[in-house]
Amino acid sequence: MTNEATIAVGQNALDWKLPSSRKAAIICLILTETCIFSIFVAAYVFYIGKSLTGPTPREVLDLPILSTICLLSSSVTITLAERAFNRDRIGRFKIFWLATIVLAAIFLASTAVEWHRLIYQKGLTISTNLFGTTFYSLVGLHASHVIVGMCLLLLVFILSLRGHVNIMHRERLQMISWYWHFVDAVWIVVFTVVYVIGR
Amino acid sequence: MIRHSKREENSLNRAATPARTQAPVKRLRCRALLSFAALVFIVAGHVHPAFGNPAQVTNLLQPLSQPAQEIKELSMLVLTICATIFLIVAGLLVYAIVRFRHRPGDEASEPPQIYGSNQIETAWTVLPILIVFVLILVTSRTIADIQDRKAPPGAIHSTVVGHQWWWEIRYPELGIVTANELHVPASDGNRRQPTFLNLESADVAHSFWVPQLAGKTDLIPNRENRMWIEPTQPGTYLGNCAEYCGMQHARMLLRVIVQPPAEFEQWVKEQQQSAFEDASATEGRKIFFANSCVSCHAIRGTSAQGTFGPDLTHLMSRQTLASGAAPLSHDSLRAWVHDPQQLKVGCLMPNMQITDKEVDQIVTYLETLK
Amino acid sequence: MAAQEISLISSAPPRSSLIDRLHGLVVTVDHKKLGLMYIGTALLFLVVAGLMAMVMRWQLAIPNNHLVPPDVFNRLFTMHGTAMVFLVGMPILAGLGNYLVPLMIGARDMAFPRLNAFGYWMFLFGGLLLYFSYLGAPGLSGHGSAPDVGWFAYAPLTGRAFSRGHSTDYWILSLLLTGIGTTVSSINVIATAVSMRCRGMTLMRMPLFVWMMIVTNFMILLVMPALSVAQIMLLIDRYLGGRFFDTQAGGSALLWQHFFWIFGHPEVYILMIPGFACVSEIVPVFSRKPIFGYPVMVGATTMIGLISMGVWAHHMFSVGMTSTGNTFFAISTMLVAVPTGIKIFNWLGTMYGGKIHFEVPMIFCLGMLFQFLIAGLTGIMLAVVPFDWQLTDSYFVVAHFHYVLIGGLLFALFAGFYYWYPKAFGRMLNRKLGLWHFWLFTIGFHLTFDTMHIPGLLGMPRRIYTYDAGRGWETLNLITSLGALVQAAGILCLVINLLRSLKKGEVAGNDPWDAWTLEWATSSPPPEYNFETLPVVRSRRPLWDLKHPEDPDWKYEG
Repeated sequence: MTNEATIAVGQNALDWKLPSSRKAAIICLILTETCIFSIFVAAYVFYIGKSLTGPTPREVLDLPILSTICLLSSSVTITLAERAFNRDRIGRFKIFWLATIVLAAIFLASTAVEWHRLIYQKGLTISTNLFGTTFYSLVGLHASHVIVGMCLLLLVFILSLRGHVNIMHRERLQMISWYWHFVDAVWIVVFTVVYVIGR
Repeated sequence: MIRHSKREENSLNRAATPARTQAPVKRLRCRALLSFAALVFIVAGHVHPAFGNPAQVTNLLQPLSQPAQEIKELSMLVLTICATIFLIVAGLLVYAIVRFRHRPGDEASEPPQIYGSNQIETAWTVLPILIVFVLILVTSRTIADIQDRKAPPGAIHSTVVGHQWWWEIRYPELGIVTANELHVPASDGNRRQPTFLNLESADVAHSFWVPQLAGKTDLIPNRENRMWIEPTQPGTYLGNCAEYCGMQHARMLLRVIVQPPAEFEQWVKEQQQSAFEDASATEGRKIFFANSCVSCHAIRGTSAQGTFGPDLTHLMSRQTLASGAAPLSHDSLRAWVHDPQQLKVGCLMPNMQITDKEVDQIVTYLETLK
Repeated sequence: MAAQEISLISSAPPRSSLIDRLHGLVVTVDHKKLGLMYIGTALLFLVVAGLMAMVMRWQLAIPNNHLVPPDVFNRLFTMHGTAMVFLVGMPILAGLGNYLVPLMIGARDMAFPRLNAFGYWMFLFGGLLLYFSYLGAPGLSGHGSAPDVGWFAYAPLTGRAFSRGHSTDYWILSLLLTGIGTTVSSINVIATAVSMRCRGMTLMRMPLFVWMMIVTNFMILLVMPALSVAQIMLLIDRYLGGRFFDTQAGGSALLWQHFFWIFGHPEVYILMIPGFACVSEIVPVFSRKPIFGYPVMVGATTMIGLISMGVWAHHMFSVGMTSTGNTFFAISTMLVAVPTGIKIFNWLGTMYGGKIHFEVPMIFCLGMLFQFLIAGLTGIMLAVVPFDWQLTDSYFVVAHFHYVLIGGLLFALFAGFYYWYPKAFGRMLNRKLGLWHFWLFTIGFHLTFDTMHIPGLLGMPRRIYTYDAGRGWETLNLITSLGALVQAAGILCLVINLLRSLKKGEVAGNDPWDAWTLEWATSSPPPEYNFETLPVVRSRRPLWDLKHPEDPDWKYEG
């Protein structure tokens, strides 16, 4: 197939660099997930103030300060974990990775506590009114993404405990961390829309 | 950028390619014929609304009211522009096919390998944008003119509520409730009396479409839509529900009866009266009120105040039964009361399991509701 | 002894049994096999959904017909539409993309072969789930529980109150499954095109087919969520008491429409652009010239992708939006016609000055060009909002979109089949049968869909299971239905051709069409690894450069 007419400029194997397929795939995934969240956010915003009955956001929502701090800090810890991993400091990596998992778990527990309060004390369920429906769907969708992320993080953690994670997996870890940063960024949006604007 | 390739063409590697001198041109003639036939068909369809009872043909290009007339004028302009574009582009296509077809025996060279032309490509970008600009101007003007029309004093106001699968028609200012037929006065130069409709729905989405009077507007639950008509010719105009609303969407038919103003006034007076009391139908009346008919139907002036089904106060003044499922006659009314599911399967009036004798008596009673 | 040994070490591979071959398909991650599986399965669904259309046309051929009761008819049009869009259109484009993109960019497979397989099986099971609804409670005798809410399933008709039973749930769940398959396939195609191009193939040297696949798949990533999310919301309404579309609780029926059409309009471009992709590859080869205006074609396709995200409410002109809203969407809809028109002109420009060979792929492309032109023009008519107030939800619109999807897309896909079948199977499709297919299908298509515009103009709404005599619709519907029979005959020719040519077709060789893109540089069918050595390219037409070493493209491409 190759002959003089088609040989590309330069024989250097390094001058034909294409983006990594993993990065391309994760970016596509994040793009499509962004659209998923956008639709739920659009429904939430559309229905602000339109509930016919039932508790309003102002009446029942408290600012989730603790969970927000935890989740956003987990972005910091996962970055630190990555940096440690790239410098081959696996011990440090494991600590920060675990910290990320713990912070995520606190976020989820906090969400669970809040939902318990909303359902049993404030009487707000998914079928109560438009606010209930849009609130639980949006926050729930985000929480489900946190759960998935946590599962990925746990998997990596367990594998690293068994010594199966090494420098060859650098890019895969990076992809997981990108996903995690995405989940955190979504929380910023959800927080703003639900707890700041919506109230 | 143009250049010429003088080397021998690497001919198509397949031995079995016989020379086809006649075929391309014949093919072309066939295609041209087909397109022409299609064009004739479409034009003929417009000019002569093919077959069917002329009184019942609802050709939207033969409107008899505003805003349908204004829509038609706009659409004629659009059709002309589109037809012109079609003739030009299709003509170019045919020309290219004929002129630049490969002639057998001409294997010598590839044609000039042209990659593009900035001037040509700019031209055929700018021209469509100009056409679009013109279309947008006329379109937005007509949209505003029709949609933002305000009701003049003296306009008739009616509320149409869509149900599965019938139309509830109310005239709040006149105190009238009826079903499936909208009566409106004809409007003329001296006395402009358009009818403004509020459109609501009791269940799912429907759409009000009487092509010769206006474009369609949807009836959406939890939303009030608004439209208007201003017919000038008395007559009966047929329409359909035009948004799929379930099983009997096809039989949710509509009639708009345009009457001269005097006749319309007469109709209003008749409709405003309570139901006639007719001594001859006491048996049927008793059965009607004893059965659960009254839980769905209303008859003004009696204790029947049901709102789930059509108002029956002046049932016999209507032309059809069950929103157009059948013309209103003794037989169809009898069949309906006996078993509505036979005439309109799936409709929400169940078979009431009434004996034949009782059916007759009920029908006798209903026929007094003039 | 020696003779025995030799016979044991026979050089010819043992003929694989049917079971082996089927097993091979089940476990394969080879993009070529999966691509063909996508297309083959889609063609099966095409036949089934097409037969449903035939039944509908029979029911509508005469007024007040009693062939099928209303509930069966309503299921037929719902299933026909849903299947054609999601089980025929989408998989064919996935199949074409998966088969051709790696070959065209000089790669050995897709970026994520196992993900590819996953996407196919999601599609297959989603499709089977949709049709399983016919058997799901109450079962065969009760015509099953197939969805009957129309392919766009407007709320609140789909709510628990109005759609009892599980028919709507089948619609939701099967499309959620196929939606996942579609989304992962899109991620795969984009990642492949971005990261696996052979040396020298810059983005502006990719075949237009690959560019159009990239645009299509980006659109899928952006808009598929709108549908999937709306369906999840509907599921929440139906099962968890949610209020998303519950008008009694203040919910909005229009919100469903907005979400659906935010997906639905780009969806029809997603369906159509692969058709453009086929035409953009075929017309140059059979005009013996490069595509006219490659950069503009790329730009126009991208513009179509972008603008089409902003036209969705032209499906909602009759719901009572404000005049400003209506005007905005009229403008955007007319604007999207500009790049689309530009593409027609560029194809014309490609043919102009060329030497047109009337092979079957080219003949289908020519038909496509005429028909897509007409379809685009009726689209412009529909963009004129007041005219749309008359035409929407009538048979005019039904005629319009079938003109686009059959007259435009299907003809382009047929062209693609005749063009690439030799590559996939090593044998040519029979030309004579191909011409029979073309002419029967074209005549039937025009009989049906040209005529169908007229009942729309005469006030016939869509989705009605019957109509009264006297409206002027009778003869027109009869002609429309007869055309369907002729189209079916055309499809029969295609099916016979596809099957027969597998064994009896003329051997194709590597490059039967004297074409210029990389897929023709390998054997037909390609080996599993696609290319012996990965190619290196210097222009958009690497095979032209090879065949014309004294006059290569890279000297002239900017």
